[in-house]
Amino acid sequence: MNAVSQTTDPVPGTQISASASGAEVLLRALTDQGVEVIFGYPGGAVLPIYDALFQQNAIRHILVRHEQAAVHAAEGYARSTGKVGVVLVTSGPGATNAVTGLLDALMDSVPLVCLTGQVPTHLIGNDAFQEADTTGITRPATKHNYLVKRSDDLARTVHDAFYVARSGRPGPVVIDLPKDILIAPAPYLPPSTQPHRSYRPVTTPDRAAIRAAVRALKAARRPVVYAGGGVINAGPRASHLLAELVRMGDLPCTNTLMGLGAFPASDPHFIGMLGMHGTYEANLAMHGCDVMLNIGARFDDRVTGRLNAFSPDSFKIHADIDPSNINKNVAVDIPIVGDAAAILAALVEAWREDDTRQDRDALAAWWRQIGGWRDIKCLRFTQDMSPGAVIKPQYAVQRLNDLCRESGRDTFITTEVGQHQMWAAQYFNFEKPNHWLTSGGLGTMGYGLPAGMGVQVAHPDALVIDIAGEASILMNIQEMGTLAQYRLPVKIFILNNQYMGMVRQWQELLHGSRYSESYSAALPDFVRLAESFHATGLRARNLGELDGVIREMLAIDGPVIADIAVDQKENCFPMIPSGAAHNEMILGPEHSGRAASITDEGMMLV
Amino acid sequence: MPVQDGSFRTATISVLVDDESGVLARVIGLFAGRGYNIDSLTVARVDQARGISRINIATSGTEMVIDQIKAQLCRLVPVHRVADLTKQGPHVAREMALVKVVAEGELRVESLRIADAFRARVVDTTTGSFVFELTGAIDKIDAFVDLMRPLGLAEVSRTGIAAIARGADTI
Repeated sequence: MNAVSQTTDPVPGTQISASASGAEVLLRALTDQGVEVIFGYPGGAVLPIYDALFQQNAIRHILVRHEQAAVHAAEGYARSTGKVGVVLVTSGPGATNAVTGLLDALMDSVPLVCLTGQVPTHLIGNDAFQEADTTGITRPATKHNYLVKRSDDLARTVHDAFYVARSGRPGPVVIDLPKDILIAPAPYLPPSTQPHRSYRPVTTPDRAAIRAAVRALKAARRPVVYAGGGVINAGPRASHLLAELVRMGDLPCTNTLMGLGAFPASDPHFIGMLGMHGTYEANLAMHGCDVMLNIGARFDDRVTGRLNAFSPDSFKIHADIDPSNINKNVAVDIPIVGDAAAILAALVEAWREDDTRQDRDALAAWWRQIGGWRDIKCLRFTQDMSPGAVIKPQYAVQRLNDLCRESGRDTFITTEVGQHQMWAAQYFNFEKPNHWLTSGGLGTMGYGLPAGMGVQVAHPDALVIDIAGEASILMNIQEMGTLAQYRLPVKIFILNNQYMGMVRQWQELLHGSRYSESYSAALPDFVRLAESFHATGLRARNLGELDGVIREMLAIDGPVIADIAVDQKENCFPMIPSGAAHNEMILGPEHSGRAASITDEGMMLV
Repeated sequence: MPVQDGSFRTATISVLVDDESGVLARVIGLFAGRGYNIDSLTVARVDQARGISRINIATSGTEMVIDQIKAQLCRLVPVHRVADLTKQGPHVAREMALVKVVAEGELRVESLRIADAFRARVVDTTTGSFVFELTGAIDKIDAFVDLMRPLGLAEVSRTGIAAIARGADTI
């Protein structure tokens, strides 16, 4: 294909000298794309890029301790700013170590550009030192990838990659860069103003579908709005519009795990997170609604439970930027393809124009029913308030939430994966988008610390807390070194129950309490571990020490590990066991016998 | 509203893609990774000047799965257009086959007679063998191959289908 013809002619004066190396052209292209920070780790194949980085000041490089962490850090940066995150790793093991992070970003729709080194073009395919078929390996883990084989294609490819990463449903893009391409002179071309050759996702919704959706929502007797990460990806304006729509229609609103913060938790219209560990009221509202508006969520199996029992009697409207999400798991009645902000703006406008009257009596009855479900208080737990009492993990998160709020600081929460992640989702209240970062789709243990690093780099003055488990945190604990080097004051709040808690919980409920390999034996002393990485280590052994530790953690201007010893036996409730329907929730330990009735089919689900 | 009765249908899907390395791997990887069927797949450059290749895929699945296949194909960055020829209306789907028959005597004569009835051409012959070239719809080629089986069928090479809509409409 004729690569150059689709790019505009370079603007006079923007073409750098023909003698600029590929590495210099690469950095120039990154600068033109607005890149300020790269998360990376050097190696043989990318030495020319590191040499070029050394000789400039426009782009800052954050040296991580493992390539997986570079990708998660870039995810944290991207998700908390709305910008494209940039990663730089070397060939072979550098690239393969990045794969988990790339797939994580793909599943959670995070815009990234990952630059990978590659052996020189003439050695590709020869099993050279540190050679990997990076484009082959990353093909199913990226939105798109490129191998740059000609210097003439370099600048265009970089611009193309940024466009693909941020357009439509965002995602990670890999550019594989052979070393000879980085060294040889390359021409520079500025970003094209032409439309992309083939990738032009639909962002403006169909007006007829919008009008039909509004009519259905207004006619609803039991409506519900189910909003996901797509609303957050569409920018803060989308969240404002969502709130406007929900309040205008007096609609109950639930968020997915990825969507937390898209609608303020303190708003009375918020009925909590839905899904496997969602609230009773959210799941029963989903089950019993007559009209459902899904905006920017994808009917994930964690949300739907058993598909043939999912919201059986509702008329479903599904708005998504990605047409492949529509009718994938759940058949819907009105599909709307477009950007969440554009769709919400159109819905709000159409709502005002449409003169259908809402059935206010039916709506009031629906809210009364939801109120009844709320009264169950599905998130209740019992904390012994004596100073020597064992800390309940839920209480620890609740106190963290209260004391963060009391501090008045802009607070970002990241998590690892497991019970602590669900407790964070349930007991921390998110009022704004982009302040909650968790690995939803892939469920990557080891996500939270590096993601928190990326957030802190982007927001140096903010309070960044990784709510962690003692097992997950060890998966990327080496990043304590990065925190120290760049003085990133990330707080790591470990809910330490000495078990891979979620594994333990499933073993308890489904495998006869045979705790096969889920005990965290030989744990490090987290206080001394923190100290060895030039951070502060704190520990709370009982209730009396909890508030003091949290306050001290928040007051310290530097990285902290707070090791919170929590009740080892506590499980995450409510829970929809695998293969069950929304209205078959287990509310607490007193109902956990119900898990025993799970069918073999349910047992096979993850 | 998608059909939810779970009944299978076959679909012939044509995809216009950028003619670049890895594009076929993306398409095949998509089918393998998501567990879709490929009954036939062909690819060739169709527009040298614009660097466009055409992939023709014969697949089968429920209506929901076939819609998913199309949506997933559309999502690939180098894909320009996806057309479900089966759904869009009448189309022709043709395949070419080279069929080697090794036989003597009456069987050899019979194979030639049937080949004639199928309008297959003899493109190579020795005293003990024929290579027939045959073009047609998949079921015609299947029928021909079945008939050759007792007559000394030795080897079959098929191209997979090329498909195009009937009438003036283009992809």
